[in-house]
Amino acid sequence: MNSSTTSAGMGFLADEGPRRGLMAWLTSTDHKRIGILYLWSMLAFFMVGVGVGVLMRLVQLDTFHHLVTARTYNALFTVHGVIMIFLFVVPGLPAVFGNFFLPILIGAKDVAFPRLNLASWYFYIAGAILALLSLFTGGGAPDTGWTFYAPFSLQTGTNVTLAVFAAFVLGFSSMLTGINFITTIHRLRAPGMSWFRMPLFCWSLYSTSWIQILATPVLAITLILVMLERLFGIGIFDPTKGGDPLLYQHLFWIYSHPAVYIMILPAMGAISEIMPTFSRKPIFGYTAIAFSSMSIAGVGSLVWAHHMFTSGMSEFANMVFSLLTMIVAIPSAIKVFNWVSTLYKGSIDVQPPLFYALTFIFLFCIGGLTGVMQGALSINVHVHDTYFIVGHFHYVMFGGTGFAFFAALLYWFPKMFGRMYSKKLIIAAWFPLFVGFNMLYFGMLVLGMQGMPRRYYEHLPMFHAGHQVVTVGSWLLALGLVIYLVALIWAARKGPRAEGNPWGGVTLEWTLPSPPITENFEEIPVIDHGPYEFRKGGQHG
Amino acid sequence: MVEHRDDFGSKLGMWLFLVTEILLFGGLFIAYSYMRARYPVEFHHAGAELNATLGVTNTFILLTSSLSMALGIVAMQRGQELWSRILVGCTVLLGLVFLCIKGVEWAAKFHHGLYPDSARILTLPQGERIFYGLYFSMTGLHGLHVIAGMGVLSVMLVMMLRGRIHPGHYTLLENGGLYWHLVDVIWIFLLPLFYLAA
Ligand SMILES: [Cu+2]
Repeated sequence: MNSSTTSAGMGFLADEGPRRGLMAWLTSTDHKRIGILYLWSMLAFFMVGVGVGVLMRLVQLDTFHHLVTARTYNALFTVHGVIMIFLFVVPGLPAVFGNFFLPILIGAKDVAFPRLNLASWYFYIAGAILALLSLFTGGGAPDTGWTFYAPFSLQTGTNVTLAVFAAFVLGFSSMLTGINFITTIHRLRAPGMSWFRMPLFCWSLYSTSWIQILATPVLAITLILVMLERLFGIGIFDPTKGGDPLLYQHLFWIYSHPAVYIMILPAMGAISEIMPTFSRKPIFGYTAIAFSSMSIAGVGSLVWAHHMFTSGMSEFANMVFSLLTMIVAIPSAIKVFNWVSTLYKGSIDVQPPLFYALTFIFLFCIGGLTGVMQGALSINVHVHDTYFIVGHFHYVMFGGTGFAFFAALLYWFPKMFGRMYSKKLIIAAWFPLFVGFNMLYFGMLVLGMQGMPRRYYEHLPMFHAGHQVVTVGSWLLALGLVIYLVALIWAARKGPRAEGNPWGGVTLEWTLPSPPITENFEEIPVIDHGPYEFRKGGQHG
Repeated sequence: MVEHRDDFGSKLGMWLFLVTEILLFGGLFIAYSYMRARYPVEFHHAGAELNATLGVTNTFILLTSSLSMALGIVAMQRGQELWSRILVGCTVLLGLVFLCIKGVEWAAKFHHGLYPDSARILTLPQGERIFYGLYFSMTGLHGLHVIAGMGVLSVMLVMMLRGRIHPGHYTLLENGGLYWHLVDVIWIFLLPLFYLAA
């Protein structure tokens, strides 16, 4: 950044420490700088993932069908999945906003292990580089889908080994972040910041971190076994050697279902911050939201086999997992009711962050309800491995986590960069985003109901019209994303200076100047009330 | 950033890390129990092929190393830095002995043509192949942890020599010790699962 002329009042952004320029960013252990490192690297990978996604949709149009071969198509959906899951949604909100705001929200000067925090970012980048290398080395880009299902992942000649190793390294990064956050929350809360005075975003990070710690190692060992299998042929997942591919599916989903909550819980936490600020009213049902985060983390660890209803598990197991899946929908619904109740009789101020947060609630409801549908065995058998699943998943992960990410970025952007974006441009981006999103993914829900299988290179003529609608939707969505990002990137460099508290929020970050100073607080605050008390006229009345 | 020291916090972080290590092996233990339930007879036969004497010897070596590690920390607490260095050094050496014995054992297996995907292994019944697959994966992964533990403790030794770890500040040494005990505990589970399976 051009510091010399405009550095006055630019807080930590102007404080480069002993080194200059890029090196100041790459060596800083300031949690705020690390959060921003994550932000830009993740957005870059996200746009690559979007590009691959748009290309995949393009291939479903007759005119462009021969742009890629069937094999390349397999590689495309694998790469799209790996990038989006492991490089964007899993690190997602914790890595960016968790890093930047967790210490501030609990009144601390940094996370518990600042150097480990920087190391996590390097693990993240190393994983990303390995993932990109796997596309161009060995047997070429993996073609298994992001799930790496055995036995195909053991047999394919493509570079699965390296891709799996990349996912392992990325998992390590996310686990270290989890350890860091739990220790931070236990040890570094400011005096008076009791557990139930913490903003709800911290609660969601706390439950997320527990899932990261408890589930990621299982993924790690599963991926190690796939690598061992491919390198040495140990046989554990290989049916021809007496192994069992179903064991792979179990181990994979023991991580990967809870991982869905790693992705969505922090998103819910961010929404729980936005709703009270723009309703000028305490959040409705604070404890219910806090505990629903924890119970999602708990129950969510026991539902993994709902991905395997058609795999030939016993009828009894199917029934148990179906029931548990229904149960885990309850805490999610509690949150939705609480957010909506927060709006009730509030003095609502529709600013861009709230606009995007409300969109999140709408899209997340569709995603959640289609999820409950699939939890029912009778429906699941029919929609399994169809576009319905793809549509549902994107409603939750993109409509849910993605939009919450956008909302959180809009909410905290002025605090992070000390500058304000053009609200008009952001609202203008919303229209193509919203329309495109629903054309794309609701179209997929319909196609799936009609029987279009996922991951197919070709489709029958009866799905033609549907595919056209869906593909046009993908263009609109991409257009909206570009407008959104351009607006923010421009604002980060040239936007007008933002005040300390542009939204009238009452949590601790709004008591600081925008952007905050390197140490966050000149003096550690003493907390004597809950997080969302608006009537007292600010946090430190 | 401000130099901020929180011994309890760093131990909490270490314990959380140990949880992840236990769960890492947990995945393998799940695989083991499932496969053993599926192939009880074959596991029995293959387990009889392993050299229980070497396995038990190695158990004693690791237990002794844990003892010397614990004593090393006690010595540090009491301010006997020289003793602490000697005892931690012993721990690293015992780790090395463990690895050598493990190496001898693996070499013997390889010599008999018993390694994953070998011609001989492919003639064995499926359950025995899986047994060896698990044996090599689990003891191999454990071996890597022993190496990592030795690396960590060697770094501790250097830090002790340079005075960065001293009786006034030795949380790192305690954390290193915790890691070493974990490696030991995992072996205690591996021993009966493989060597005493017959
Ligand atoms: Cu699931």
